[in-house]
Amino acid sequence: MIPSIPQPRFVTAAYTAYVTLFFVFLALPLIVVAVFAFNDSQFPSLPWEGFTWNWFFGSERPMIGVFHERGILSAIGTSVLVAMIVSAMSVFVGMTNAFLFNRYKFRGQSLLYVLMLLPLVIPGIVLGISILVFSSRVANGLWDGFSIDVEALRPGLWLVILGQFSFITTIATLVIGARLQKFDRTLEEAALNLGAGRLTAIRTVTLPYLAPAMIGAFVVAFLMSFENFNTTLMLVGSDAPLTIAMFDRLKEGSTPLLNAVSLLLMVGSSCLALVMIVFQRKS
Amino acid sequence: MRAEAKLGLALLLTPLLMWLSLLIFIPHVDVFLVSLRERVGVGQYQISFANYLTFFQEPLYLWTFLRTAVMSSLATVMTLIIAFPVSYYIAKMIKGRAQSALFLLCLVPFWVSELVRTFGWMILLRETGVISNVLQYLGLVDGPVEMLYNDGAIMIGLVYTSMLFMVVPLVTTLESLPDEVIEAGYDLGGNGISVLREIIVPHAMPGIVSGCIVVFMLSLGNYLTPTMLGGKESLWFTELIYSQFIVRFNWELGAAFGFMLLILSSAIVWGMLKLTGQSLEKTMG
Repeated sequence: MIPSIPQPRFVTAAYTAYVTLFFVFLALPLIVVAVFAFNDSQFPSLPWEGFTWNWFFGSERPMIGVFHERGILSAIGTSVLVAMIVSAMSVFVGMTNAFLFNRYKFRGQSLLYVLMLLPLVIPGIVLGISILVFSSRVANGLWDGFSIDVEALRPGLWLVILGQFSFITTIATLVIGARLQKFDRTLEEAALNLGAGRLTAIRTVTLPYLAPAMIGAFVVAFLMSFENFNTTLMLVGSDAPLTIAMFDRLKEGSTPLLNAVSLLLMVGSSCLALVMIVFQRKS
Repeated sequence: MRAEAKLGLALLLTPLLMWLSLLIFIPHVDVFLVSLRERVGVGQYQISFANYLTFFQEPLYLWTFLRTAVMSSLATVMTLIIAFPVSYYIAKMIKGRAQSALFLLCLVPFWVSELVRTFGWMILLRETGVISNVLQYLGLVDGPVEMLYNDGAIMIGLVYTSMLFMVVPLVTTLESLPDEVIEAGYDLGGNGISVLREIIVPHAMPGIVSGCIVVFMLSLGNYLTPTMLGGKESLWFTELIYSQFIVRFNWELGAAFGFMLLILSSAIVWGMLKLTGQSLEKTMG
């Protein structure tokens, strides 16, 4: 079936209806989450009790809004911190990896490339437990051997960062590598001919060309880290990132407070998505 | 120049090798070693397959493992069936601005955390939820209906959560199929079904394979959706791993469970690649 070949009208109509239905299916859960953030009730469910901003700005019990809820605010802070560090680390390593696979030919390269892809096909929870097991073995070894207690190797933010970094790096490598592949190397050679050193040529010609991919990789890494649940769940310590904090509250029973947080998340990630689209348009 | 190139290679190899060895390879070997440990006294261990024996002898564990595998495969097939017509519509039926807008619309829900999406389904499906109220309002049912906390709810959640990872590779491969090839199929006397079977599906195979691999993997390793949408009896294998590690503190058995999950997912990924003659570099990279 293709537009240039005529089809019976009811077939086309049914097809369009199906696609419309699909988009309703996609949008429905997000719409109800957003709408019930404004319900003047203790529960995010019908009946509709009237419109309120209290789940955002309310400061008195029983309706404490997001902006007065210290637990949620600090969890957002934790998530942003973790996501920043993870994205910075993965963009850096993704960059070195992209150059390695693009510019060098060495024995075992294709094997290394496959190994580099593997973190994408390992279940997140298995990545989490393997880093948990290994880091606590190292921590115990250091304690038994040298009586040094390394806090960073116990469940907590550093392990969460390492766990997320371990698979987000693959994605950063793929994003940056794809753009490096399209780079016209004669541009770099021209810079060399004009008397630039190798590093100067890369700094002034190649890196500016890669900048959109690096920003793209950073945004994707940031979102993936911010949303990550499985790996984080196994490695989290006392201060939980947002997804874990919300999960704990959801288990106890939900109030429209969670809807309000979710709506803010939706707005935040749409803004990030827009930034990324604008950047990609430019390049 | 030659020495400089060698230095560059070494400098670029260091982060890659450190990442892969310290965060991927050694930790997984370590999990395997821990899974082979049996506690025989306080702080005393010996090497044995006891944890794996426990896994195979305890019906609950084995049953949950198989259930998770079967339901994940089912979720993968359902996602493929739902996503294929939509991807084809986006790739072939519309052009230009409408095409990119619709494609973008597909991506939007996935910029939001999985937790939010699952929460949305909870609001829709629960007894006091939106769908139950709408059905009552329409007079189709007499009292509130509970649609949450069962396997059906898990399936909806899984299909919804992994939709993006099916649509994107499908649209990408279908877009690369020239319209003329499809027209030629019709000119040569094919009908809708034979063109689909002989031309469109074979061309989309790489996209189908990579979509299925990712969706299967994500469903198998999902923790959030089965925990939030599933009932008391709908156990998921990741929940067993979590409870051994965090609740019971039995790392040995938990490690064995984790390793079984890893083996199952690797086997399926490898099997699908072999069956269709694809390679990991092509499907992922």
